[in-house]
Amino acid sequence: MAVFVDDNTRVVVQGLTGKQGQFYGLRNRAYGTKVVAGTNPKKAGENVEGIPIYASVREAVTQEGANTAFVIVPSAVAAASILEAAEGGVSLIICVTEHIPAHDQARVYNVLKRNYPHVRLVGPNCAGILSPGKANIGFTPTEVAMPGGPVGIVSRSGTLAYQALYELTQSGIGQTTCVGIGGDPVPGTSFVDVLAAFQADDETQAIVMIGEIGGTAEEEAAEFIKSNVTKPVVAYIAGVTAPPGKKMGHAGAIISGGKGTAKAKMDALTAVGALVAQNPTEIGGLVKQALGR
Amino acid sequence: MDLFEYQGKQYFAKFGIPVSAGDIADTVDQAVEVAERVGYPVVVKAQVRVGGRGKAGGIKLANNADEVRLHAGNILGMDIKGHVVRRLWIEVASDIKEEYYASFTLDRSAKKHLGMLSAQGGVDIEEVAAKAPDAIARIHVDPVDGLTAQVCREWVRAAKLNPQVEDEAVAFLLKLYDCYIQGDCSLAEVNPLIVTPQGRVHALDSKVSLDEAAAYRHPEWADFEGMASLDERERAAEEKGLQYVGLSGTVGIIANGAGLAMSTVDIVNQVGGAPANFLDIGGGANADRMVDALTVINDDPNVRVVFINIFGGITRCDEVANGIVAALSRLAKTAPLVVRLDGTNAEQGRAILNANTSERLIMIPDMLTAAKKAVEMAGA
Repeated sequence: MAVFVDDNTRVVVQGLTGKQGQFYGLRNRAYGTKVVAGTNPKKAGENVEGIPIYASVREAVTQEGANTAFVIVPSAVAAASILEAAEGGVSLIICVTEHIPAHDQARVYNVLKRNYPHVRLVGPNCAGILSPGKANIGFTPTEVAMPGGPVGIVSRSGTLAYQALYELTQSGIGQTTCVGIGGDPVPGTSFVDVLAAFQADDETQAIVMIGEIGGTAEEEAAEFIKSNVTKPVVAYIAGVTAPPGKKMGHAGAIISGGKGTAKAKMDALTAVGALVAQNPTEIGGLVKQALGR
Repeated sequence: MDLFEYQGKQYFAKFGIPVSAGDIADTVDQAVEVAERVGYPVVVKAQVRVGGRGKAGGIKLANNADEVRLHAGNILGMDIKGHVVRRLWIEVASDIKEEYYASFTLDRSAKKHLGMLSAQGGVDIEEVAAKAPDAIARIHVDPVDGLTAQVCREWVRAAKLNPQVEDEAVAFLLKLYDCYIQGDCSLAEVNPLIVTPQGRVHALDSKVSLDEAAAYRHPEWADFEGMASLDERERAAEEKGLQYVGLSGTVGIIANGAGLAMSTVDIVNQVGGAPANFLDIGGGANADRMVDALTVINDDPNVRVVFINIFGGITRCDEVANGIVAALSRLAKTAPLVVRLDGTNAEQGRAILNANTSERLIMIPDMLTAAKKAVEMAGA
């Protein structure tokens, strides 16, 4: 099993005709992902290396049976693209676009919750989702992953998730799914959502959770772990020594008013029994320990 | 982007939020000129992006030109918590009957906008929250619904503001919400929000932060950028499109990805070093990007060594290694580099670096060992 994306995932890429969209869309297809359509109202009827372009997500859903949208468009149009995907009938939207204004993120989140409660948004500003051997949507380098489980990874940061994939693979430990939830202030999918999915997934036996400074999502995850997660959790939090009040690369990675520190997050996770790594290269060893290998 | 008080007030004014008449002054003569124009008594206010200006002596009342000269002379150049005062805001002094507090910000946890309102303004709101949490009325505003007049009125009542100014307060808060939303603020705070003896409600101070991600739809923000608080290094990095945060240590840092860059800053601190910066070079760490990153870092006179921490994903380690070698050949002068490569084609990448090892380039495969080596070299 895997969570969120697998062999049944049929992807429409919003932005396939752009440079980035084409690069990653084709790369994802080459991995075996069913990339069935792209959208661009001005280029409807054309194709990108055999992938048909439609005017709208709705047409891609109707014509090609797309069930997942991969949003890789400029930030100024990303919010509208996400809403178009929800309206168009997909059940999963993965948005990698960075620099969407925070107010737009908050509005989109609440519109989806109210009008499309069964649609899951992952991101924005995320690396995407990889279920090794099944499907990859987004930026994740499949070269460093290994199919078959038993570890699920969830991370705000892209590169730190890749590092975790790599270390596990080097140790001969495979992964079920690696979910990037993104570094922005209002992520569509939270740690809690992904932890719940991994807890329910038979093949996932241990969970790696990679957080960073800013907000309280990790503390909320710790609360959830306490009463809902029986599988071992290995955690790492970046930004222990980050200065307060500075955005550390990601829009959401900021300590404001003394809140959102790495220390508070590590303490909360330690208190509920998670194994907390002091640096990202300790993740592999701790997972082995958790799995009793 | 944090605005100065005067910029925040100018921004408020665009949305019809009442503020006191005033203007900026960069010299004592200008201060007097503004005071004569707006009329005495005036308040002379230091423009720095830090709280506690009043206690530090950065806000003074002046009844005539001589007093303006005295206070402006004292305040210009004053150091307030490490911020040197270069500009003043001179405004008409207000009679104050009551002082309130009002703000809007995004509650990341609730994923809604958070409004905070209190009848106990004019003091640090954190203190009010600690001592008398019930004195702050909080509301969550769903971005889809917005703030309606009805909800706003109930909020004003819950905060126990003076009922005589209820209509004025509701009108004020609706405008403040409009400014927060239409103006793409991440924070719009008024403390104090005052009531005059005549029953007028207006903003005596402003604290506004803007969401940089929304800059594309706010060309008017260009006016604010000249006075932004970036240091020279941050300005240079921004021009090259690098994600950079200036720190005060001796170990320059380059990593790919914000998470790994934060991690690298952490590990350097953990082994007893002091990072000079945070720098995320992004996905494709090619020679051009590496030259740009190294140029910015080498311009920092504190830097004694550069720790390059790269995880090769789609951009393979051998490509990154070739980029580093090419960058070195293009840079006449650089602090020595300690490079750690991991990920796709790590072995090939390390082999390339090993073949080019010199006193300017050291390859260490493990992140912790590499950090220790960099810190050791910075200390030498």
